[in-house]
Amino acid sequence: MALLELENVTKEFGAITALQGVSFTVNPGETVGLMGDNGAGKSTLVKIISGIFAPTSGQLHFEGSRAYIHSPGEARRLGIETVYQDLALSDNLTASANIFLGRELFWRLGPLRFLDHRAMNARAAELFAELKSETRADDLVRKMSGGQRQAVAIARTRLADARLILMDEPTAAISVRQVAEVLSLIRRLKEAGIAVILISHRMPDVFSVCDRVIVMRRGTKVADKKVAESSPEEVTALITGAKEAA
Amino acid sequence: MSPMSDTVQGFTNVRRSRWWQRGFFSSQSAYVLVALLLVILMMSFASPNFLTPGNISNIARNFTFIAIATLGITLVIITGGIDLSVGSTIAMTATVTSLVMNGLNDAQFQPFPGFSLIVSVGAGLAVAALIGLINGLSIAWLKLSPFVTTLASLSIVRGLTYVLTQGRGSYPKGPDKELFIDITAGKVFGYVPLPFLYLLVLALIMYIVLHHTAWGRHIFAIGGNEQAGRMTGVKVDRIKVQVYVISALAAGLNGIIISGWLGSAPANLATSYELTIIAAAVIGGANLAGGVGGAAGAIIGCLLIEVIRNGLILAGIDPYWQLTLVGFIILAAVLVDRLRSLRAG
Repeated sequence: MALLELENVTKEFGAITALQGVSFTVNPGETVGLMGDNGAGKSTLVKIISGIFAPTSGQLHFEGSRAYIHSPGEARRLGIETVYQDLALSDNLTASANIFLGRELFWRLGPLRFLDHRAMNARAAELFAELKSETRADDLVRKMSGGQRQAVAIARTRLADARLILMDEPTAAISVRQVAEVLSLIRRLKEAGIAVILISHRMPDVFSVCDRVIVMRRGTKVADKKVAESSPEEVTALITGAKEAA
Repeated sequence: MSPMSDTVQGFTNVRRSRWWQRGFFSSQSAYVLVALLLVILMMSFASPNFLTPGNISNIARNFTFIAIATLGITLVIITGGIDLSVGSTIAMTATVTSLVMNGLNDAQFQPFPGFSLIVSVGAGLAVAALIGLINGLSIAWLKLSPFVTTLASLSIVRGLTYVLTQGRGSYPKGPDKELFIDITAGKVFGYVPLPFLYLLVLALIMYIVLHHTAWGRHIFAIGGNEQAGRMTGVKVDRIKVQVYVISALAAGLNGIIISGWLGSAPANLATSYELTIIAAAVIGGANLAGGVGGAAGAIIGCLLIEVIRNGLILAGIDPYWQLTLVGFIILAAVLVDRLRSLRAG
């Protein structure tokens, strides 16, 4: 059974049709690359799955049943976590504070709830160890490198029992070594049986970690095939429109 | 591996920052605290009257006149907002409290001792809360800019205070007047002003709330990255409304305390105090861009301003220099912070 299924999803913003009848499935534990030029509709698609936009028409199914994802909170309840392009971290907070933002751990004193710093730091350190990231739980995010920030954003998704993680351009604007780090983070998610939708401009990233690649052009899906059966050249041609569909 | 260890998961080139490079010790508040201690040291040599119990008691009282409001506005500043209406709120709250006390006195309505005090202070704080609520709702729901919204309420609230009093001001009177003066201008152990104790309790509560509750952490998160807060389920709008209400309540409480000490609530009370209060918060380390600030910093900032004012008077220097000096301290405080963050990279 497919984990996530999109059926004929269309999204219009006034006169602009950002998505036109897009359908695809993501299977449990599968890593799917979502590629396309700027304005192809990748980000809109992710925002629909993560509950930020509602589709104008079309349906979403999650684990076999019809899903209505009205808010990021609703998506999270279903087990869909998103790592946003701008990472959505608070620079002035520590890594562990960011990971636990909105779902802090507490100790209680009568009716009062106080932050359990020790438990949150310990859990965050565990997550970083699991992701093999050189990130310290009680360091401020402001002082971190791009790769470390990425690890914080990904660790946040590991807190909940996520089934599907959406990653919007996780390797944009970070160094070569950090790209390798992020890709190995993605492989680790895959080992843990978590499905990933990876939005990327970078061909090598998609071809090194993804099982399947979906190509978007001007709001429609123009290709959906196994990475093993495609090539960077073909995908480039599909993105630019040199090749109509595959 | 423990999160407290000196290196990270075996990465020997990633060491932990030294203790003076993190936490309170690396904050602007700490630098200003050092400056404050130096100023105190200098003053104590310059004037034999400076470190006398009587003068320390005066300083403790005077700086409380702005310090409670500074605690409140610091919360707003941490969220990345600003509240320019605190000076007007101080005057309005003092006026309403005094007018209600007068009204109850005229009506001879005092079912039990303390009744008119409770009702008048309650009415004053209720009006303050209402001002904060209107500020907060305009900013969080209507998405108006905090600067413009509170600039408007600065003017509206001050105007209403003049309208209410016909510009003449009022005097707390009636059966609870003595009690009112005692709790606002009284001293314990001969020297410790009661409002100073209120301040310490409120600052302690604020510290605990900011650093040990989810609500406090969310205030910092909003100041750091409001959008991130929204996406992770922080109730951004609700918290914003709450901080403006608290800021107004803190200003209101300050208004009541000042009017008790003065024995009157002039309509022009606390005119332009908002600037001193914001200056104190900024000197103490609150960042107007949001995300940084705290209770200790607010108190240190207020104390520095008051110590300098007091010291200039004791040293026989024209007290009008105070404003100029405060301006230079603001610049110096942010400059030191800037240099430090440049060096830290």
